[in-house]
Amino acid sequence: MNLRRLFFRPQSAPAARERLQVLLAHERLSADGSDLVTKLRDEILQVIARHVQVDSEKVSVRMERGAQVSTLAVDIEIPFDAGKKAA
Amino acid sequence: MGKVIVVTSGKGGVGKTTSSAALGAALAQNGDKVVVVDFDVGLRNLDLVMGAERRVVYDLVNVIQGEAKLTQALIRDKRLESLYLLPASQTRDKDNLTAEGVEKVVGALKTHFDWVICDSPAGIERGATLAMRHADVAIVVTNPEVSSVRDSDRIIGLLDSKTAKAEAGERIEKHLLLTRYDPARAERGDMLKVDDVLEILSIPLLGIIPESMDVLRASNIGSPVTLADERSAPAIAYFDAVRRLKGESLPVTIPGEKRGFFGKFFGRKAA
Repeated sequence: MNLRRLFFRPQSAPAARERLQVLLAHERLSADGSDLVTKLRDEILQVIARHVQVDSEKVSVRMERGAQVSTLAVDIEIPFDAGKKAA
Repeated sequence: MGKVIVVTSGKGGVGKTTSSAALGAALAQNGDKVVVVDFDVGLRNLDLVMGAERRVVYDLVNVIQGEAKLTQALIRDKRLESLYLLPASQTRDKDNLTAEGVEKVVGALKTHFDWVICDSPAGIERGATLAMRHADVAIVVTNPEVSSVRDSDRIIGLLDSKTAKAEAGERIEKHLLLTRYDPARAERGDMLKVDDVLEILSIPLLGIIPESMDVLRASNIGSPVTLADERSAPAIAYFDAVRRLKGESLPVTIPGEKRGFFGKFFGRKAA
């Protein structure tokens, strides 16, 4: 049992190295506290708030920072009459 | 109403974050609803140890300052659906944590989760005192080493004076979690023994986590050690600690106590 675990387990250091590279690349770029994805997130939410009154509980934001590509998903429930209220 | 646990130590590098992640995951693996909160504002690492570092959207400071709702800041674990993380802020400083803000957040979390695990920063300053402030239970993480034991003693003093429970005249439940324990070195007499540490700190023992490569490997891949390898020695020790935390009276075994063939011949020399 122990031998099998010793010999057949993949190395974990390469995973550590890759995770750190991606994370630190993002953190170094965002020394002022706002990387591009964060800026986009905040501005998108501002623009939407300008046009519709949205219940902030109904806003879900997901981000995934990758080495080459990051994703930002903003999911907002906009009620049918939201536009009228904000006017 | 959930229970609030603070994982604290005074000294840095003893295994608070590793233990917070492992205990949180172990509780969630038993089906409980758990949130682990990183109080180390400015130097967050719980997200990295739990493998959620790429998915942080909002953090504890955003919630306290009203910039995000609690539900928006919580990150659900990809492997365990009843395990959540509330990350610390990486870019602001610890002055952004206010006593009222922390009270509100912890109070809200208590109503949604069975366990709220507060991963304290090292030191005895604001971040550490706020992390322990609303705890029902404290887990003092200690290495069998003089400076760690001294700092733990200091932290126990703070737990008995600076927490909301202590100020209300109640007793805060305290447990010792001995980590990075190396039975071979203890046997040779080069490491403080379990009984030595227990005698000095005189709080009940929750568990002994052996020094192990499995812990490093788990943090490399961003997985709590109880998830990375359920059958590894540290994972088993954390699972046992969780059973004791839930009230089971389970005798504590010292890792490596059962000696193998070679141990019988070579292990006792220093005695």
